Amino acid sequence: MSHPIGKSFPRKEGRKKVTGQAVYVDDLSFPGMLHGATVRSPSARGRITKISFEGDIPWDEFTVVTAKDVPGANYVALILNDQPYLAADFVNHPEEPVVLLAHRDKYLLEEARRNVHIEIEEQPAIFTLEDSLAKKEIIWGEDNVFKAFLVDKGNVDEAWAGADLIVEGEYETGAQEQLYIENNGAIAIADPAEGVTVWGSMQCPYYVHKALVKLFDLADEKIRIIQTETGGGFGGKEEYPSLIAGHAALLAWKSGKPVKLIYDRAEDMVATTKRHPSRTRHKTAVTKDGKLLAMEIDFVIDGGAYCTLSPVVLSRGTIHAAGPYFCPNVRIHSRAVATNLPPQGAFRGFGAPQSIFALERQMDRVAQAVGLSLEEFRRRNFIHEGETTATSQVIREPVNMDHLLTRALQLSDYHSKREEFTRNNLKSNGHFAKKRGIGFATFMHGAGFTGSGEVYLQSVVSAEATAEGNVRILAASTEIGQGTNTIFSQIASEALGIDFDSIEIVQPDTSRVPNSGPTVASRTSMIVGKLVESAVTGLKQTLIGSGLLPPSYGQSEFKRACGEYIARFGSLKTSSTYQPPPNVHWDDEKYQGDAYGAYAWAVYVAEVSFDELTYEAHVENFVALQEVGRVLNPVLAAGQIEGGVAQAIGFTLFENVVWKDGRMANNQMTNYIIPTPADIPPIRVYFEENPYAYGPGGAKGIGELPMDGPAPAILSAIENATGVSFNRVPLMPEMLMKGVFAE
Amino acid sequence: MITTQAVEFKVNGESHKLEVFPMARLLDVLREQLQLTGAKEGCGEGECGACTVIIDGRIVNSCLVPVAQVNGSEITTIEGVARSDHLHAVQQAFIDHGGAQCGICTPGMILAAIDLLERNPEPTEDDIRNGLAGNLCRCTGYMKIFESVVRACRK
Amino acid sequence: MRACVPNYHLTTPATLADALALLESEPGVWKPFAGGTDLMVLLEAGKLVHRNYINIWGLNELRGIEATDTYITLGALTTYTEVQANPILRREFPMLCQAASETGGLAIQNRGTLGGNIINASPAADSPPALLAYDAEIQLVSTRGSRWLPYQGFHTGYKQMHIGPDEMLARIRLPRNTADVKHYYRKVGTRKAQAISKVCFAAVGRTDREQIEDTRIVVGSVAPIVIRCVQTEDSLRQQKPDDETIRIACASLFREISPIDDIRSTAKYRSQVATNLLVDFLATLRA
Repeated sequence: MSHPIGKSFPRKEGRKKVTGQAVYVDDLSFPGMLHGATVRSPSARGRITKISFEGDIPWDEFTVVTAKDVPGANYVALILNDQPYLAADFVNHPEEPVVLLAHRDKYLLEEARRNVHIEIEEQPAIFTLEDSLAKKEIIWGEDNVFKAFLVDKGNVDEAWAGADLIVEGEYETGAQEQLYIENNGAIAIADPAEGVTVWGSMQCPYYVHKALVKLFDLADEKIRIIQTETGGGFGGKEEYPSLIAGHAALLAWKSGKPVKLIYDRAEDMVATTKRHPSRTRHKTAVTKDGKLLAMEIDFVIDGGAYCTLSPVVLSRGTIHAAGPYFCPNVRIHSRAVATNLPPQGAFRGFGAPQSIFALERQMDRVAQAVGLSLEEFRRRNFIHEGETTATSQVIREPVNMDHLLTRALQLSDYHSKREEFTRNNLKSNGHFAKKRGIGFATFMHGAGFTGSGEVYLQSVVSAEATAEGNVRILAASTEIGQGTNTIFSQIASEALGIDFDSIEIVQPDTSRVPNSGPTVASRTSMIVGKLVESAVTGLKQTLIGSGLLPPSYGQSEFKRACGEYIARFGSLKTSSTYQPPPNVHWDDEKYQGDAYGAYAWAVYVAEVSFDELTYEAHVENFVALQEVGRVLNPVLAAGQIEGGVAQAIGFTLFENVVWKDGRMANNQMTNYIIPTPADIPPIRVYFEENPYAYGPGGAKGIGELPMDGPAPAILSAIENATGVSFNRVPLMPEMLMKGVFAE
Repeated sequence: MITTQAVEFKVNGESHKLEVFPMARLLDVLREQLQLTGAKEGCGEGECGACTVIIDGRIVNSCLVPVAQVNGSEITTIEGVARSDHLHAVQQAFIDHGGAQCGICTPGMILAAIDLLERNPEPTEDDIRNGLAGNLCRCTGYMKIFESVVRACRK
Repeated sequence: MRACVPNYHLTTPATLADALALLESEPGVWKPFAGGTDLMVLLEAGKLVHRNYINIWGLNELRGIEATDTYITLGALTTYTEVQANPILRREFPMLCQAASETGGLAIQNRGTLGGNIINASPAADSPPALLAYDAEIQLVSTRGSRWLPYQGFHTGYKQMHIGPDEMLARIRLPRNTADVKHYYRKVGTRKAQAISKVCFAAVGRTDREQIEDTRIVVGSVAPIVIRCVQTEDSLRQQKPDDETIRIACASLFREISPIDDIRSTAKYRSQVATNLLVDFLATLRA
């Protein structure tokens, strides 16, 4: 029990999960409950001219909600507040919600849904970021641009003149569906007098709370949001739940009954957010010795029809666009643009997988142009302590990418394999061969909200003791599989010196827990975990300060002291509010300064096979090495890396969203392909620790990191195997075939 | 519209006689009429395996079974795996070795793993990959699921 | 889940005779429902147009695998799991076992049936290419009696087949003549397991000294039905599989198949991969 941090405590809620006792939103049922369904726009853009209710359906039994039934404001409160809960006069993307229905009989509800006809007078729509940039149609604001950033370091324009070599490249990434195995769902109870309560699958109860306050124009205390056990999120349940929760609540409000609204897979895939597609253009100036002189990066992401989180995705992608390298002159011009696709949203990595993919492919290209090995080129340009990033953040920790690279290449046997593969690939024996390749990517990922984001969030965690001497943690941070409950328990247990089982994690319920911020941005362990540590430390200090507990104590003394304190004073509760670390300065105007408090640093190595007969590429082996401050729980931490690598392998080789007139045509698991157990290689995970002073136990955030490295590492390996440089993901066999023939 | 009909079957050793629409999915009947919510709907197309149950000794996707076809059958769901408080070795291994993260695929995954080990008590890693190929997980990347199964068969 | 379940009849006759009597009494009204692995997917997508089904899952007359010296005969309800477990099929008809092992995951294999696969008639089905390459025959039954016909030619167009509204597929049989034959089966899908095929290739060949005595070449997912490439076969019979023969065979294959661009893949990819598979198959005959 001493020093739980660093040990693989089993998952706090593990027993419930393995026995089928964990309660997810669709497992709940209330007496008199109705089922809800959403009727959606058949067109990408246009004016709603008619909504008709046809068929042999007893419409008078149905609760029907449209935009005019919204009691408060008809928009999803987030950043720009441009997304309506229900389209009133115009639709801007296929599957945009227009009508809500509820009925007791879920089968009849489906018949009814089929019989609501929405007529749209269509307007021209655009579906690619190229068309949006070209202003083929103006569909949002004045110029289709949700947000733009400019990062300008040094003097890029002057640097071209002094360059021995200038290398250009263009890189693209497609949309990706989060594909949590539990679909979005919510159950609501609503009453104009009592208020609104929603249970749902979600990452951020307070985001939902904020949105419903505006939707219903009710006071904060009248809205209560409760997170149910959540079957995966990955960002797909960061802001989307505000929409579905609002829909369930609107139906409950109008019907006076509890309403359960659960999407099936087809609806979830076609209607909810995805990873932003991207296009990045690189122009890089180097000396003939391979030293970076200047980087000019144009980074564009497709946000879909409404703003949602695009400015923040753009921000993270922008800041990560120049990577773990030192370059004296950097200009990053980035834009998030609108198209008539359904709005994109958060997905693990949040802009960084897109810009890091482009960067690492570009670094390979520059290395080749200069005539250096892919490895040597990186070594000559890695950033070190004391040097500045693209946003002019001075790195104030010992960073040793050089060492990480050496170790990763050694762990993966990179050199001898690359030599062997290169040699064998040249041999041609007239038969279809399985070519082999090995490649790597070097990258970093900042944890927590960017710049002043964490200060703005003002996260709070509370801790309270029970009369039996257990300690409850009250935070809005959700368990979505990543291990929140377990990590918080370990941190509290370590700080208090009492056992893991004496820590209780309270179910996130906005009527009970304070706002510790959203469960996103790799912040839960690093930022909120630190608040857990300080909140429980406050409990301990209160007990010691009251004289009921000696400064050095054992578990039973602690428990007795809690009992005595509560008997005497009624309750024992403390709170801790976020304090930024000292010397962190960020300029939002110039987009300069200390972007993140901490970065995790990584080198990933992918080994692939390429089948000349079928043009399929498979990942055969994978090494993931990262420096993460402190590994709080080795099994959970490795689980995060393995899961992220698997998702990134999907992003690279399997997951292709097929768009048809702005709609996802392959919205079934049969046709949107994620890797099965047979498709994932052995993934070997290694950690190094360089403690971050302001993280609990020294921990940095790691949730998103594993999403960034695999795509460029795999494409580098494929280049080794085939001799062809590919610059787009997902890279499907059909494209591999094209590329191989073109050579 | 047709009327319901009577169907009789055993679930986790207990007999049930229910009035059902014959084409109702076994998944829905288990979840809604018997309150056995361990089997989950992940895709409604037999791709993800989150709805896996065992019928007459074989794993099936309960979202693809019309309830009329289980008349007279014996069904095991995740709720029937543990013996009162005593967890099955596979369940314990999933807890100890990180086989479950968000948990939504876990009931199906555990039943598939138990089925695998009953047919093949000493599977190779390839056997495990193939045996679990019909159960998708989005959280773990599968590595700790494989490890959990390997550890369970050592018990 | 998009279906109004109360709209669907699923009636359970006690015997095959009862099922056939029902088909005869109301021809075209009833369709057989086997393991449900195709029909339930359509139901849940709200796309199951037909509403009246006969539950044949429990009809033991349609189960079982029997072997004589000349044939191995499988009941229409033989599941993919049962196919893989049969020692004669494993030894003499490995492509059928391979196809069964690559159809969905185990949970699908325990419920999916060969009969269902044939009648569902997807051009991307995994077993029909193997069945055609093995010269399968199928038995249709009705109250009027039963008839055997070659499986080759049973499908006439996309989801069209030579079966009367009162008939049901009862058995499939394979002539046991694969003793000296080389088998080549490859399904190229969207991933390693649980995938719908982009191209499915099943071929057998018998060589004598260096010549191809006889061959069957069947390709799936490249036309509205699974097709036996008879012209390509003709171009190979009595030929040595040398470079020139292979070139001619590939050209013939290219003409016989008509792949399309769809949600999973492209015509170009399917064409090229089908050709590569043929070349690879012929290389195995050379060896």
